Amino acid sequence: MATAVMTSLDTKSRAASRGMSDIRIRNLFIIPTILFLIVFNIFPLIYSLGYSFTDFRASSNAAARFVGLQNYRELLNDPFIWSNFAITAKYVIVSVTGQVIVGFGTAMLLNRDIPLKGLLTTLLLLPMMLSMAVVGLFWKLLYDPSFGIINYTLGLGSFEWLSNPEVALYAVAITDIWMWSPFVMLLSLAGLSAVPKHLYEAAAIDRAGPFYTFFRITLPLVAPILMIAIIFRTMEAFKTFDLAYILTSQPTTEVISIRLYKMAFQEWQTGRSCALAYIVLIMILAITNIYVKYLNKVKER
Amino acid sequence: MRKTMTGLIAGVGLMWACGTSAQAQELTIFWAEWDPANYLQELANEYEAETGVKVTVETTPWADFQTKAFTEFNAKGSAYDLVVGDSQWIGAASEAGHYVDLTEFFTKHNLTQVMAPATVKYYSEYPANSKKYWSIPAEGDAVGWSYRKDWFEDPKEMEAFKAKYGYDLAPPKTWAQMRDIAEFFHRPDQKRYGIAIYTDNSYDGLVMGVENAIFSFGGELGDYQNYKVDGIINSEKNVKALELYRELYGFTPPGWAKSFFVENNQAITENLAAMSMNYFAFFPALVNEASNPNAKVTGFFANPAGPNGDQFAALGGQGISVISYSKNQEEAMKFLEWFIKDETQKRWAELGGYTASAKVLESPEFQNATPYNKAFYETMFKVKDFWATPEYAELLIQMNQRIYPFVTAGQGTAKEALDALAADWNATFKKYGRNN
Repeated sequence: MATAVMTSLDTKSRAASRGMSDIRIRNLFIIPTILFLIVFNIFPLIYSLGYSFTDFRASSNAAARFVGLQNYRELLNDPFIWSNFAITAKYVIVSVTGQVIVGFGTAMLLNRDIPLKGLLTTLLLLPMMLSMAVVGLFWKLLYDPSFGIINYTLGLGSFEWLSNPEVALYAVAITDIWMWSPFVMLLSLAGLSAVPKHLYEAAAIDRAGPFYTFFRITLPLVAPILMIAIIFRTMEAFKTFDLAYILTSQPTTEVISIRLYKMAFQEWQTGRSCALAYIVLIMILAITNIYVKYLNKVKER
Repeated sequence: MRKTMTGLIAGVGLMWACGTSAQAQELTIFWAEWDPANYLQELANEYEAETGVKVTVETTPWADFQTKAFTEFNAKGSAYDLVVGDSQWIGAASEAGHYVDLTEFFTKHNLTQVMAPATVKYYSEYPANSKKYWSIPAEGDAVGWSYRKDWFEDPKEMEAFKAKYGYDLAPPKTWAQMRDIAEFFHRPDQKRYGIAIYTDNSYDGLVMGVENAIFSFGGELGDYQNYKVDGIINSEKNVKALELYRELYGFTPPGWAKSFFVENNQAITENLAAMSMNYFAFFPALVNEASNPNAKVTGFFANPAGPNGDQFAALGGQGISVISYSKNQEEAMKFLEWFIKDETQKRWAELGGYTASAKVLESPEFQNATPYNKAFYETMFKVKDFWATPEYAELLIQMNQRIYPFVTAGQGTAKEALDALAADWNATFKKYGRNN
């Protein structure tokens, strides 16, 4: 009897020392997570795919009628939609390029021994911690042609940032750059600090110039992590809604997510908007795949 | 045991009965967040004092109003019993079965005679001339104008104006005069501007602003009976009206490309513009010295006439409808019966609401109550509205897409914008089988 008790205690203590069993972990964490994903991600995804082939309107009580590929055909032939995609592409290019230049540049500066480096880094990260809506409203005031501080500081008089259709998209992109450059900076900083110091020492011994050192040592070694930042920021910029919606209502800033929102929740063209959402999804997947392939090539070098 | 069971069942039955009764003692009205909703809550408090039925007016910002209301309708939700919905919703909401048919109620209370004709036509009846009614006119509203009396009455300004334009400076009687006055007061170097007009293209702001010009120029948006738009929305009259609206945009303060009711009141309160377009419902803030330092020198006028003497205005305001998913429909109907009484309508007007009751509107008491009530009364008998078909939101977005670049950026011509709009609307009506 005593032996049996001892054995039982030993088993329990062994299990305790190991932590939770695999089965317990599966039951407690993995299965609920998979169920959650199925209910809230996979099911709506499939359901909306079904709707994308119908003329369903959520605002009417009429049943959905199967229309085949009509929604996709009409959307791909709609010049307004292509104009929305063109605006989105322009926005992504300007915004992500700006973020990479500013973020990486700031990281290069912070990668030196400077006083209050920790505090500076923390302060520079603040913009990305703010809510999009707050940033939008804040920058709307900054851009105001009558009392905005930007025109006052730059001596631009009553230059119209948000009302001018030629400039409005750049104004939104500048705000996005201000908000998300810290993200690129953070990742770049991690990449820069991981570059072995001895490579720079060797370059210095070989009397390599700063230009050569940057393009032959720094950039290639930071490139993989920079590519990850670019992938994330491209995906996010492609989905931009809040900033453009809050800051301005110019047709030249109507990125594809704003058009999608209007189609789904103002016009209540549910089936059609589901089709547009799928077109957007396919585009984001395609762009991301291109980036990932390039990232793998960079890693292989 | 049997006694215990009987007692238990009786108790449960009593609780259930009491629960139902308690539920019916409360009503929720959904509306947008603005002053009239506060006035309605005050009125509803008086209803509660009379009947014991608690009525809550739940509000949401204007930008979310349509989306939130239709999301609730689409979900067949019973969160709200009544809604004070926009006039253009009536087709979408009635055809989809979201609103209760109030035709019988309308006939029983002879509301076609009790309420001002335009309010019945645009807030209540759908389809047009069908004699089917879905709302009770609640908040009558239309677009009018405020202006700076002190600027207009300054002897130096009057003299300079007369010298330049050859007639006296006074509130404009025509759109042409309004253009001259806007040009005269447009002085960017002094941070003074000519006029504030609606330009926000996210819902119906810009469209309603342009409608004021179109209707007064004798134009129409289309034939609401047969959905014909070609040759009507892009008529010569409409082209001229849109061109003038574009011209007026040139006299607005800088950065005026996304302006609606808030900004247009600010144009007066912050000494920005000589004249400002706005719904009458926002004028109480302009006569209140707490919200307008220029209250004493702010005047009002009705939408001026076009070149041929036509004088119309874009309709604002809303009717109140019973939501078909409400569990308190009977109680909601009782509230409506109380709401349409003459004394309630009178009280509604006293609180600041814009009654649609013809009798109250015509009374000298109402017309003299504020500096703008007379202009409101006159305007409510010459209003026109946007399409109320179920696909109104698509039509609205298409109109914004076509006219906004022309008005705010001068892209293309008015004719090109309206021709393209006619093509868009034709395609939309064709898609929904309206003009086949």
